[in-house]
Amino acid sequence: MYDLIVIGGGPAGLAAACEAWKKGLKKILLVERDRDLGGILNQCIHSGFGLHYFKEELTGPEYAARFIDLLRKTGVETSLDTMVLQITPDREVHTVSRQDGYRILKAKSIVLSMGCRERTRGAISIPGTRPAGIFTAGAAQRYLNIEGYMVGRRVLILGSGDIGLIMARRLTLEGAKMLACVEIMPYSGGLRRNLVQCLQDFHIPLYLSHTITEIRGKNRVEQAVVSKVGPDRRPIPGTRMTFDCDTILLSVGLIPENELTRQAGIRMDPRTHGAVVYENMETSLPGVFACGNVVHVHDLVDFVTEESRRAGAAAADYVLRGGDGRGTGSSAIPLKNGTGVSYTVPQKIRPDRIGKAAGVFFRVNRVYGKSFIRASADGKPVARYPRERLAPGEMEHIVLPAKLLKTGVREIRISVEEGEMEN
Amino acid sequence: MFDVGIIGCGIIGAAAAFELSKYRVSTLILEGENDVADGTTKANSAILHAGYDPEPGTLMAKLNVEGSFLAERICRDLDVPYRKTGSLVLAFSDRDCETVENLYRRGKQNGVPGLSVLNAEQVLGMEPNLSLKVRGALYAPTAAVVSPWEYCLALAETAVENGAVLRRDARVTKIERIPEGYRITASGRPYEARYVINAAGVHAEEVHNLAAAPSFHIIPMRGEYFILDKSEGRTVSRVIFQCPTERGKGVLVAPTVGGNLIVGPNAEQLDRGAGENTATTASGMAFVAKTAKESVPGLDFRQTIRSFAGVRAASDRDDFIIEQAKGAPGFLDLAGIRSPGLTAAPAIAETAIGILEESGLKREKKTDFRARRRRIRFADLSPEEKARLVKEDPSYGRVICRCETVTEGEILACMKTPIPPCSVDGVKRRVNAGMGRCQGGFCGPRVVEILSRELHIPPDRVLKDKDGSYILTGKTRGGGGNV
Amino acid sequence: MKELICIVCPRGCRLRVDEQNGYRVTGNSCPRGAAYGKAELLNPTRVVTSTVRIEGAACPRCPVKTRDPIPKGKIFDAVRALDSVVLHSPVRIGETAVKNVCGTGVDFVATRNL
Repeated sequence: MYDLIVIGGGPAGLAAACEAWKKGLKKILLVERDRDLGGILNQCIHSGFGLHYFKEELTGPEYAARFIDLLRKTGVETSLDTMVLQITPDREVHTVSRQDGYRILKAKSIVLSMGCRERTRGAISIPGTRPAGIFTAGAAQRYLNIEGYMVGRRVLILGSGDIGLIMARRLTLEGAKMLACVEIMPYSGGLRRNLVQCLQDFHIPLYLSHTITEIRGKNRVEQAVVSKVGPDRRPIPGTRMTFDCDTILLSVGLIPENELTRQAGIRMDPRTHGAVVYENMETSLPGVFACGNVVHVHDLVDFVTEESRRAGAAAADYVLRGGDGRGTGSSAIPLKNGTGVSYTVPQKIRPDRIGKAAGVFFRVNRVYGKSFIRASADGKPVARYPRERLAPGEMEHIVLPAKLLKTGVREIRISVEEGEMEN
Repeated sequence: MFDVGIIGCGIIGAAAAFELSKYRVSTLILEGENDVADGTTKANSAILHAGYDPEPGTLMAKLNVEGSFLAERICRDLDVPYRKTGSLVLAFSDRDCETVENLYRRGKQNGVPGLSVLNAEQVLGMEPNLSLKVRGALYAPTAAVVSPWEYCLALAETAVENGAVLRRDARVTKIERIPEGYRITASGRPYEARYVINAAGVHAEEVHNLAAAPSFHIIPMRGEYFILDKSEGRTVSRVIFQCPTERGKGVLVAPTVGGNLIVGPNAEQLDRGAGENTATTASGMAFVAKTAKESVPGLDFRQTIRSFAGVRAASDRDDFIIEQAKGAPGFLDLAGIRSPGLTAAPAIAETAIGILEESGLKREKKTDFRARRRRIRFADLSPEEKARLVKEDPSYGRVICRCETVTEGEILACMKTPIPPCSVDGVKRRVNAGMGRCQGGFCGPRVVEILSRELHIPPDRVLKDKDGSYILTGKTRGGGGNV
Repeated sequence: MKELICIVCPRGCRLRVDEQNGYRVTGNSCPRGAAYGKAELLNPTRVVTSTVRIEGAACPRCPVKTRDPIPKGKIFDAVRALDSVVLHSPVRIGETAVKNVCGTGVDFVATRNL
């Protein structure tokens, strides 16, 4: 019987496992399906990680190494090349690997940190043929940076999120011709710094409010037809451009990978596509916690680390208290998304658990200029946070002081209002 | 010199080969692509129809019903995924109700068992997610869903195991009459056979015209489909049809053998010769989505994991073309095999062999015919069975496809079958790796690595599907031995 | 007056650089932004990341980066300089892969322990 089994050895799982160890759990197992720890960071060879957490700018593998090194100093066991096939409501974890065969392990607590997968061409139904040469940006990144193979010579990218922008630069440095980046929204989903250092630096055109309306090519991609779209995001007739390309990269969204979560009957949030979590990252299943991209897709790994440390600490607390004697559902205040807010994590806060304050992550549903974030308790405004700019591609973080979450409050609503704050 | 040369290894060619391989008859199969089941057979509704739809008295009607019986047994014998879900043809109007009654009568005439006409209450009781506008339906309990490519593979593998010779990448370019039969030139090589079966699908007209005077036209009909995530797989339990109207046959919604939902098709006539145009279109997909919602209003297309199109070989005749070509004795056309072709396949094969026999083909039943195909499906095993399997063979412990839980052991096993895969999609068709919601995002690089290793080719020579569909274009900079 | 986005950190402040007035920078949220604004107009530099061949490791490519930013104009030459590099496992983070790439005084260093 393990104190804790952590599912996924990327930045989330690494941070959770280290923290749980630090907080006193002794029998911890980290299960990772790939042959190395580090998760997706291993293929993120660009820099930009750790500015918040380490106050240094690191590349993905360097950031991962900090936590891998930390983990190696603990007694946490790791199972690499191991797939978790199932977790049950009574915290059995079914794993399979070449070296250990099929095992059914029992755990007093579980941390889910399986990360996310990429949205595919099939999921967005781009019309046309289905030739070779269509990749999600992350899959292409793996081929290039881990396996050492090029995916194409003349490349079009759909989606201006960071992964797409980063790959535009990467492919250019590897000698491919980047024809354009095509983005359906009127603004880019990626960081502005990436627009500069990935597109502008290499004179790669960015077409906002455009999308791919047809893929052509018999066995390999030959052309992509791109059209401008209107406010309804539908193609505007007469605006077609044809690109002669042999490769299309898709950077059209990430989806938390919650196959195991759903199978265990854990409550899901349709807004985040992740589990509903409490302030300490506990899910609806007592003793099962979730953190990182599997809960909601993050932009900065630094926040993944913070969130995951919280989950690891909570798992340790849960086990050391002998399972949760206080019950999970008592007096949890739901957080609602008000105007301008797509979702919040956590979705529920238990005032007696948060100490001095509760951190809330959320995303806005469109670009905002000068605005302020408002927290209301049962309709009454209780806190305001000014911001210069808000964008869907940049997850926001506010801290709700505990005194705002008095007993008797039935709901907290987070919303955005544009304009200057009146004093 | 072979007794029979079959041109095309889709479901019809494979069924013919399977049937022939039961007899002491030497059989050659010439497949133009690098794999079997790579044309219409892999891109259709995957439905084994009950048989009320074809006109009574036609070959379609007779062979549909026969094929429907034969399929169940063959799928069981050859371990082909098959589920007898039953089907409903929904009626939404007076006209539809009349159509349903007609189909019922037709079905009975065709010998379809178990048919009944249900009222709205009964229909909604069976299928609560249907539109409340439904007035009634024809219920056919014998309709089934199948894996069409695995069906074709199983038939072809069994044929090869029993002595049939399969040549892939064998595109037929010339057919000459010789004293004992025919000389077929395929990809530059000559093959000789006493009898020839033309099962070339969308290319059946071109192949026919190599041997005989033109006698039919193949009219390619393209149909587009959506596959929805397994989360939607229980939206309906049966195949849900709509009544044919002047717009066409209507759009179906059905569970797949794998637990997904398939929605489609539309029906678009393509230009002659455009049989390989399997592109999907914005308008086609929009039509399918809109029309399907008439049956199942709550369909959530945000759960789409894939869309595709398949081209059926309809013809300018009203029925299956199962006949010897005029002026080419011993050359048998199995052409224009549109719906219910998949269902009728084994019956078409039996009929075809009968015609050849009348034509002089001597057939003696083999005593050592083996039809014992079995496939290990890791995902379907119990935990105890999984544990035992991995202990015996650790390659079953390495999960390659996360979404469908497919292991390296299964991939290695399929490389040892009589018709091993030569592409990533070939692996997909055999073991399901890449069929899930991530559509090969996770398993893709791993399957490429395994194929590269097992086929002894560098990763940038691994194909996605057909010849020329290379996935990678060389090593990254400084990769050593840059291609 | 030039407008540009600062790339020093993910905030991406909108800078205004007055090249007629000693390259004074406004719009920055930190001193690094001021330095960047001026440098970007006078002598733009970038950190370059890529991979090199590695033998004897679990994976055939080792990620590398320039320890410091190098002149923007030398990016492609720098990447070319990596073509002939073959590292040998074990490699530690920070180990030099190419010394003084293209005469910039900056080294390419490994960024993964392989």
